[in-house]
Amino acid sequence: MPGATDQEFGRPQPDASGHFGEYGGSYVSETLMHALEELREAWSRWRQDEDFIRRLDHDLAHYVGRPSPIYHAERLSAHCGGAQIWLKREDLNHTGAHKINNTVGQGLLAKHMGKRRVIAETGAGQHGVATATVAARLDQDCVVYMGETDIQRQSINVFRMKLLGAEVRSVTSGSKTLKDALNEAMRDWVTNVDETFYVIGTVAGPHPYPEMVRDFNAVVGREARRQMLDTHDALPDALVACVGGGSNAMGLFHPFIGDTDVAMYGVEAAGNGLDTGEHAASLCAGRPGVLHGCRTYLLDNDAGQITHTHSVSAGLDYPGVGPEHAWLKDSGRANYVAINDTEALEATESLTRLEGILPALESAHAVAYGMKLAADMRPDQVVLVNLSGRGDKDVQTLASIKGLEL
Amino acid sequence: MSGRIDQALGARRSAGGKALVPFITAGDPHPDWTVAIMHALAEGGADLIELGVPFSDPMADGPVIQLASERAIEKGVTMSTVLDMVAAFREQDDRTPVVLMGYLNPVERLCQDGGATAFAERAAAAGVDGLLLVDCPPEEGDALHEALNAAGIDNILLVAPTTSDERLQKLCAQAKGFIYYVSFKGITGANRLDATTMSAPLARIHAASDLPVLAGFGIRDAESAAAVAAHADGVVIGSALVEALEDAASSEEAAERAGAFVASIRRALDNEG
Repeated sequence: MPGATDQEFGRPQPDASGHFGEYGGSYVSETLMHALEELREAWSRWRQDEDFIRRLDHDLAHYVGRPSPIYHAERLSAHCGGAQIWLKREDLNHTGAHKINNTVGQGLLAKHMGKRRVIAETGAGQHGVATATVAARLDQDCVVYMGETDIQRQSINVFRMKLLGAEVRSVTSGSKTLKDALNEAMRDWVTNVDETFYVIGTVAGPHPYPEMVRDFNAVVGREARRQMLDTHDALPDALVACVGGGSNAMGLFHPFIGDTDVAMYGVEAAGNGLDTGEHAASLCAGRPGVLHGCRTYLLDNDAGQITHTHSVSAGLDYPGVGPEHAWLKDSGRANYVAINDTEALEATESLTRLEGILPALESAHAVAYGMKLAADMRPDQVVLVNLSGRGDKDVQTLASIKGLEL
Repeated sequence: MSGRIDQALGARRSAGGKALVPFITAGDPHPDWTVAIMHALAEGGADLIELGVPFSDPMADGPVIQLASERAIEKGVTMSTVLDMVAAFREQDDRTPVVLMGYLNPVERLCQDGGATAFAERAAAAGVDGLLLVDCPPEEGDALHEALNAAGIDNILLVAPTTSDERLQKLCAQAKGFIYYVSFKGITGANRLDATTMSAPLARIHAASDLPVLAGFGIRDAESAAAVAAHADGVVIGSALVEALEDAASSEEAAERAGAFVASIRRALDNEG
């Protein structure tokens, strides 16, 4: 499939055992080793199958609504007074975010592997909704694990998943957020491994997930690259995308890795500030370790216990990050920065009022950094921001921050 | 190669008996009680003690051990303090082997201070005989495995019902001390044990390795221990024991409960053998 290999864009990653430099790998219990092997074999077979690719391309076009446009945010650009800000409109996809690019692919793979049951973890609920959506269409049983805290702050998405026929299981262990939902999904997988396909929603987890989820999302970067060349005759000067686990950023960045003139910025959640300890910026403020099946940057204490994170956006509230981002950081190819809650909320307001686009709180982190970056650049330069999701799911959070009841 | 593990399990096997391995979460219900509980386990008839190192994200564990880990972490238990507990246990018991069971990240963090070799040497000096890291298959973590090997600590490997024949051969070639057979597809403490299905998988492992094979996950009491021991060289009991100690009011009470629990299983295994 297009983008399944990055050889035309640069150095191929990961290696055969799923390592991006020293990161990645398969740090899982013995019971899952066989399931991962089975998945790797299936993925390497179907990714080259013409019917599979045709079906995937069809679904991306007619079900997801691809290609998503790129949009010149002229008023936002003028407001910042520097470079031109363009938005890759992943918010216009079916279900409202980039997450569906991946679940359409994994759902189809599950079907080809004969798995009738799919499970997923979710933070903001976008990946849960995207999984439940595809499961409904493919007639698969679907269970979504979600932290109790996230269930409370993303109640609209919880209800959407239920409407779609999924069972949402509340996770009450640990910090009751995304990392704990991932633990619980892993426990389900190890228990029901024969009949279950685990649809991981980000570019983390054991091999082959980081590579596979990246490749399903790389359609974002491939389209954006072509669209910029078509409309502009040039590539953008900089790419900006938010990073929780990092799937929308990896999808955008990947096809540009070989374009070394294009700067890349991954934007993490600084929460209440990097110096407060209440944030989710594993690349900016963490260190390498092992969590959820891969070696990567993570947030932990001196004893190696994973620490609780904070972000106003549930989708970025995760103490790890995809291993390819760890590798891109160390190699210097991509830059990782952080935006705090207040800045993200201000950017939400700016984009909504100036362009009539309500971004997801996750994507608002990218918008906020894109605005900062653009302000210091020339008007003839271009910053492409991945608007990874729409903010409909966040209206209750926004209302409660303003002290309003809906 | 750890002398204590081979000696203890070898002695039990040559006497025609079945090995009994209790698991407790280090520091639960209270960090100051763990050493006394370990002594009671040894006196009650444990052939080897598995000491769980608490981790914030125990993906392979069921709710009982998850909660025990959370309680221990809240009370300040770390990989470092667990090593101190083993050293304290060794002051009075130089015979019962101790295997630490846990997850990789807390080990890595300790390794970062002085490298894998310093960690392995410190663990060996404390009296640790083996290390079982649930999320570190032999394909990963080479430096750690080499350091453990050099320090004489066995890297204990798991075999699961899903392990392929090809992989089983590979695992058995690297295994040391004993092989831990995961009784079913699932998490610790789950109610999925069916001893009647365990004959074939255990025969498969015995054909591939001369090491003792101990089965764990889901063994709750004397009856299930005896049923599993009919096929395995021994059993590991964790969640049920952790649960039994959970609301003990004092070190003495916890130790007494631990000793009685292990003794009841010991009797059942001896009758079965």
